[in-house]
Amino acid sequence: MPWFEYLLPYDFSPLTVAAYLGALVLYGRALPRLPKTERPDAWRISAFVLGLVACYTVMQTRFDYYAQYTFFIHRGQHLILHHIGPFLIALSNPLPVLRYWLQRLPRTARRLGAPLGWIYRLLQQPAVAAVLFVGLIYFWLWPPVHFDAMLNRQLYWTMNWSMLLDGLLFWWLMLDPRPPVRGQTLGHGQRILILALVALPQLVLGAVIVFAHESLYDIYDVCGRAWPIAPRTDQLLGGLLTWIPPAMMSIVGILLMLRRIMNDGRQYRQANGGIAS
Amino acid sequence: MSTYRRTTTALLLASSVLALLMGCSDGKRHWNGKDISGVMPDLAFTLRDVDGQTVQPDDTAGQVRVLFFGYTSCPDVCPTTLAYLHKVIEKMPADTRDDITALFVSVDPRRDTPERLGRYVAHFDSHIVGLTGPEDALRELAKRYRTTFGYGDPDSDGNYAVSHSSAIYVFDGKGRIRLLLKQDMPQQQAADDLAQLVRQDLS
Repeated sequence: MPWFEYLLPYDFSPLTVAAYLGALVLYGRALPRLPKTERPDAWRISAFVLGLVACYTVMQTRFDYYAQYTFFIHRGQHLILHHIGPFLIALSNPLPVLRYWLQRLPRTARRLGAPLGWIYRLLQQPAVAAVLFVGLIYFWLWPPVHFDAMLNRQLYWTMNWSMLLDGLLFWWLMLDPRPPVRGQTLGHGQRILILALVALPQLVLGAVIVFAHESLYDIYDVCGRAWPIAPRTDQLLGGLLTWIPPAMMSIVGILLMLRRIMNDGRQYRQANGGIAS
Repeated sequence: MSTYRRTTTALLLASSVLALLMGCSDGKRHWNGKDISGVMPDLAFTLRDVDGQTVQPDDTAGQVRVLFFGYTSCPDVCPTTLAYLHKVIEKMPADTRDDITALFVSVDPRRDTPERLGRYVAHFDSHIVGLTGPEDALRELAKRYRTTFGYGDPDSDGNYAVSHSSAIYVFDGKGRIRLLLKQDMPQQQAADDLAQLVRQDLS
């Protein structure tokens, strides 16, 4: 196979390509038009592009082929779609770009989009967001559901998109840089609590898969693997990818929140007469 | 023992009457295998048989087609599947057996020459047809049914393992996808499913 074929989609989805291209174009067009104070620096732009490219790569290159036919690569795909990619995109704080385009939406479009706002606010309730984040992982890894998702093309695409969208919602809720004191965003303590809480069920699930004696996901036997890897090894590696990196993402999130709390404290003290710290 | 037999006969009669009624009203049928109607596209391929002739699904139109993948150097899965299908076909009612064609698609065309494939398939059952083709055509067919195959590294003798699907895909006489069977299913249950499908096609 020539090398460039590895960059081509295995299962071409025009909608997916259009969505990624659209996001990139909208981001790129807004950047030079933003006021200087709001324009993201090179680090933030890189984080956004890297997050976007990572998600695109696992959905629309040869990676997707291996993800469809090897359990542990499928787990790697979801690690990118649900954790790492959305984490980077949220960390890049695309808010100024979103605001820029929102202001340019015609009034009717904004009115028609109002129900989306309600759904967004409902999904961003802390309890709903946390349950949804963990629930989706459990749901798609429920063996009968997983079997159908890998067999049915429509369901497969639904699964991957639902992971990506939920990842974006969750990590934006966790990493939203707007200060919580204004009451718009979640308090940092609450975020730390949620990050720790969602890590626990993921640890349990990962351990269950790693230590399972029997084959949990026989779809990969039924549909054939991308190369002759031992089913046991495949399941073990997949379990590890469900277990360790997602928990690490929670810890990285918690560390970021702790740093913000420390920064807030320092600013508060400086503002209140410079008590030596 | 005779009471037992009478009860079984009565039950069988009752269930066949029920099945007939359901068939007339075209209600939801019960399948032992996984019903995947509409989930995958209709049967389509261009491969060659053990005589080197080009084969397409139309050549066996009207037959219930059973599609599965393998290779003749396969140590475990393929001989088991072939033997399994032979048993399943044997367990079908005699009048339905000839309306079944099992398509054994070898995904190892480098080693599986038509002669070799022919000798291999002939061991098992006359209803099983051996097919293969260029790797591109095989990849296309596999992708169509959301499966794949891959080759392992050859050992010092040039032998290599091939990973492939263990699923048995069942298509009706019109070539529409209907069922997915797994080999851990009791043979009688698979036979019932296939016979039911044949009868449905004939009615």
